[in-house]
Amino acid sequence: MTHSNKSSEQHSQPVISVRGLVNRFGANVVHENLDLTLNQGEILGVVGGSGTGKSVLLRSIVGLKRPNDGTIEVLGTRLNDLSEEQRSQVERRFGVLFQRGALFSSLNLQENIALPLIEHAKLGREEAEYLARLKLSLVGLSPNTALQFPESLSGGMVKRAALARALALDPDILFLDEPTAGLDPIGAAAFDELLVTLRDALGFSVFLVTHDLDTLYAACDRVAVLSQKRVLVTDTLARVASYDDEWIQDYFQGPRGRAAQHAHQN
Amino acid sequence: MPDEWLTVEGANISFQGKWTLDNFHALKSVLSQQGELSSKKKISLNGIERLDTAGAALIIEFIGIERAKQVPEWASELPKEQQALLVRIAEAMEVPLDIPPCTRHSITDALANIGQKMSDLWSQQRQLLAFIGLVLATLIPLLLRPHRWRFTATIAHIQQSGLNAVPIVALLTFMVGAVVAFLGATVLEDFGATIYTIDLVAFSFLREFGVLLAAILLAGRTASAFTAQLGAMKSNEEIDALQAQGLDPIELLVLPRVIAMLVSLPLLAFVGMLSGLLGGAVVASLSLDISLTQFMTTLQKDMSVTHFLVGLSKAPVFAFVIAVIGCLEGFKVSGSAQSVGAHTTSSVVQSIFMVILIDALAALFFMEMGW
Repeated sequence: MTHSNKSSEQHSQPVISVRGLVNRFGANVVHENLDLTLNQGEILGVVGGSGTGKSVLLRSIVGLKRPNDGTIEVLGTRLNDLSEEQRSQVERRFGVLFQRGALFSSLNLQENIALPLIEHAKLGREEAEYLARLKLSLVGLSPNTALQFPESLSGGMVKRAALARALALDPDILFLDEPTAGLDPIGAAAFDELLVTLRDALGFSVFLVTHDLDTLYAACDRVAVLSQKRVLVTDTLARVASYDDEWIQDYFQGPRGRAAQHAHQN
Repeated sequence: MPDEWLTVEGANISFQGKWTLDNFHALKSVLSQQGELSSKKKISLNGIERLDTAGAALIIEFIGIERAKQVPEWASELPKEQQALLVRIAEAMEVPLDIPPCTRHSITDALANIGQKMSDLWSQQRQLLAFIGLVLATLIPLLLRPHRWRFTATIAHIQQSGLNAVPIVALLTFMVGAVVAFLGATVLEDFGATIYTIDLVAFSFLREFGVLLAAILLAGRTASAFTAQLGAMKSNEEIDALQAQGLDPIELLVLPRVIAMLVSLPLLAFVGMLSGLLGGAVVASLSLDISLTQFMTTLQKDMSVTHFLVGLSKAPVFAFVIAVIGCLEGFKVSGSAQSVGAHTTSSVVQSIFMVILIDALAALFFMEMGW
């Protein structure tokens, strides 16, 4: 996170801008001419039916999948044009929370979080582990969990610990792949709240892939809907919900959609 | 004293510049030079250009958590985000972040470790016996019901663990056969008894090496494969899924593997014997002036079929032990990737150990029986 005194002026400046993205797996076209913009400091919810390529989009942006065509501009630079080393410099400013946490199973929690601090920021082990425990406390885990190994954690704790690791280097952009999937409703609501609080304090932008309607209502500033191989619409939740498309109407006006909306209004 | 990050003028301390992770070491040393902060000093944070969690943590450590939580009162000209960051980090630092260092008593720890290892070893052997019992109890009733035999799975395992291992077993035993022939020739030459090299090679390969080398190879190759396969299934909850559907994982997963090994290992042991003899014969004919015909004649004259049967009789035992240990270790895997590795190692070590142990016991037994 690097917010300066002028950060308010930077608001609504794009940190990610995807233009004309094409992704194919063999003959199966996942994305065709996909455009997407993520603005500074916002939480963008990305929704879409299963198999519409939400995770593929995330993987293309963070550089785990090379797109077949199109440009991806992140923090003002085109990732595809960069050399390995420059790319690594840009990727340092990403934090990624994978769907199942992807904590390193051979390291305990504080070592998991300290790893990028030691490798990238060249901190000593003790300093890095102190900051790691601070990050754990920041995401609401007791520092006593620092010595536990990932296999002994519950689903909610894994998600929080993975968030702490994603935040290790104070990223400018946080990528979350279904962070509330598999959490109980209380844990999911607490995660949404935590995300907004941290965003307000740390000022990062969030690319949030989710199926969770409650998360959309509680946390997201804007919502992008993936459908028909592209981003159908990106706008505030209210406007997206009233967009004239069959899938969107089913999604937001279905029983679950209405329940989430109702819960949020109260 | 103007500085890049901190300026002290009388009772005023002002922070400035980039308080970020990249400057962590420099910032830390600047602050440690300052020593204790007295509460009377006035602090100004206005000059801060950039602030992240690491920088905020250092500032809060220096000025104290209470003072940091009141940032909005005394530093209201700071941007809202940075105020929020300082308050949020200060809250996170309220819980004591230091964890008690683990105390170590080297001697008692060492003793406790030895005790732990011993009791682990004991329970491991008990588990193994129990599992052997379970496998046999599932296997025997099933023998009477051929319609429940799983031919496809069994054949597939025979191919993987038996057929695909033929080249490596043949090559290895061929080379060991050649080496034994050379050794025998070197020692026996002094007595003018080079011809007995044939007996040496034949005796060692028919009784011991053919089956032992094949078993050790399969212990490394197949026991590890079984453990990794079942371990991955266990951590993916596939085995729980089978049980939840009322299917018996022993019948579905373990028996085809055990039976495949019972078929494969005797065949491989036979291949090993032949190939070892061939190695000996090649060395004999190329460098010891013993012709192939002479080799075969001596073999026929001196070697009774008992030796071959003694060697081969051990193969099913080895096969059963290797397969059972491989499967049991697979079932013991819990969750993590590390656990799969640990149990694979353990399965290879245990099965090789058991093979050699049983072979030694069998050698004693056969010797006493005069077979």
